Amino acid sequence: MTNIVDRWLLPEGIEEILPNRAIKVERLRRRLLDLCHAWGYDLVIPPLAEFTESLLSGSGADLDLITCKIIDQLSGRMMGVRADITPQVARMDAHSMQRKGPNRLCYAGQVLYTRPKNQTETRSPIQLGVELFGEGGLEADVEVVLLLVETLKQASVKNIHLDLGHVGIYRGLEAQAELGEAQSRELFALLQSKDVSLQSWVGANINDQAIAAMVAALPSLTGSIDVLETAQNLLAKGTDAVAAALEEISSLATAIDSQMDDVNIYLDLGELRGYHYHTGVVFAAYTEGSLVPLGNGGRYDHIGEAFGRTRAATGFGVDLSLLASLVENEEEIIPGIFVPASDNDAVLDEVARLRDQGERVVCGFIGQEPDFAELHCDRQLTETQSGFDLTVVNSMKR
Amino acid sequence: MITIALTKGRILKETLPLLAEAGIKPDEDISASRKLMFGTNRDDVRLLVLRGVDVPTYVQFGAADVGVAGKDTLMEHGGNGYYEPVDLGISRCRLMTAGVVGASRPEGRIRVATKYLNVARRYYAECGRQADVIKLYGAMELAPLVSLCDEIVDIVDTGNTMKANGLESRELIANISARLIVNKGALKIKHAVIQPLIADLNAAVGAIIGSGVGSGVGSGVVSDVGLDLVSDNG
Repeated sequence: MTNIVDRWLLPEGIEEILPNRAIKVERLRRRLLDLCHAWGYDLVIPPLAEFTESLLSGSGADLDLITCKIIDQLSGRMMGVRADITPQVARMDAHSMQRKGPNRLCYAGQVLYTRPKNQTETRSPIQLGVELFGEGGLEADVEVVLLLVETLKQASVKNIHLDLGHVGIYRGLEAQAELGEAQSRELFALLQSKDVSLQSWVGANINDQAIAAMVAALPSLTGSIDVLETAQNLLAKGTDAVAAALEEISSLATAIDSQMDDVNIYLDLGELRGYHYHTGVVFAAYTEGSLVPLGNGGRYDHIGEAFGRTRAATGFGVDLSLLASLVENEEEIIPGIFVPASDNDAVLDEVARLRDQGERVVCGFIGQEPDFAELHCDRQLTETQSGFDLTVVNSMKR
Repeated sequence: MITIALTKGRILKETLPLLAEAGIKPDEDISASRKLMFGTNRDDVRLLVLRGVDVPTYVQFGAADVGVAGKDTLMEHGGNGYYEPVDLGISRCRLMTAGVVGASRPEGRIRVATKYLNVARRYYAECGRQADVIKLYGAMELAPLVSLCDEIVDIVDTGNTMKANGLESRELIANISARLIVNKGALKIKHAVIQPLIADLNAAVGAIIGSGVGSGVGSGVVSDVGLDLVSDNG
């Protein structure tokens, strides 16, 4: 039963954003979309809800459980509220747009989860991101990672840590070890938590000594860029697929390292985040003091298959409201001008003039006692004999 | 600065020598203090002393970078968000099902009392058995005696409490020991401090086991793998 006392209560993990923060989030959204625009990414606005067949295509089971679903009353088909915008943009690229060459798209919008996806606890983050379709080369991944770093810098994030991985390394070793389905699931769980029992599991499940040693080494292949050399040695007996993946991650790390000297690079060759979805390099960005990734992404070729057009694809997404909470030294929001109620036409002209100049002008109502702090105004328009004057009023910042 | 969350009680007592071996000593006697947070001989390391069930939560949310908790607690918590890179080999016991000596298990649905709700649900589901699980907070051994349940799921150390209450342990769910867990983000951002700590603790575990204190490492089947399956979203 709803009690009058808790009618105001929002569902757990559902957020509203009040004025002081909302303006911050919105300004950041504009800045970031302008940045994407400047890099040649075209803005798209995908719909809030779609049929689940397209919404969940190519994403594996991961997305299914966190998508809120309803039956569409018009068609009787299952419809979902998006929990991720990427598949929508992939559908637009593969089906709606039909561009032949590389296609750069960006978007920003709210998504909804049935349950919180991770420890940030929100179920309705604002996702902003870019996707780059139609280019399978590593240059596309490099561009997307550089844009992610630029995005974070726009949000004045300092001490950026980039976490790089490549799901192809695990995929290659898994194929090489010829594991059964149940074994693959067990190995995946052990690797995902870098569980120490991996060592005994490998001994019991993988007969080939060389392959066993490579799989067992995966969780320890983490650290700065030097770890790549260790990996080359330890994974030397891997198949061509493993070697190719290693080559790709090395090139990516080297390219980022040479172009961004203020970013800390951390490699994790056993990283399996989004494994069911990604097909190549994966990356995430962190900052000191926040253990939650600020943004992540990677390569996910094949997603267009479901829409009849296979396209190479890579991209990233960030949680806009999380980023906005990290913004420091935000340009001060300039307080406005209060104009008391008046029937003088000249006042209305003056108000229009001030607004044209970019001022925030708040018109009073008859009998209103202005609370300048609440109205966020620090000046008041007063009529003088010769025209108008702006007098400074006391508005303590709330 | 890294924060290490420790499980108070028996695990704490057995963890401190390992930490000392790895060069981390609390700057006062933890057992003689009512404080919950302690400095150490290292400026960049502090310790929290918590109830075991809270340790994975602190680590998952990043309130602590690193934690020490029993595998039973971790299996019950079932969270992702942290890595489990070291088996500390201490506080060994077994997670088992148990029932009244000689009593046969009833047909159809059975009733199980435990404080490990998630573990029990998953275990019986994996065995293909229907079970209603009841949450209890203590004195598990009493429940089957007064027909509150048909079986219990609990940790068994020496088995003496069970014996004294006329119970027998039945099936092994998992071998338990204390594990080091690390927040995923912390390992990535603070790897310069945490990687050496992991290496030192691994060495400490080896040294202490080599010296004959504590029991062997890597013993027996670890059937916890199937129970640890968690989905991951990119």
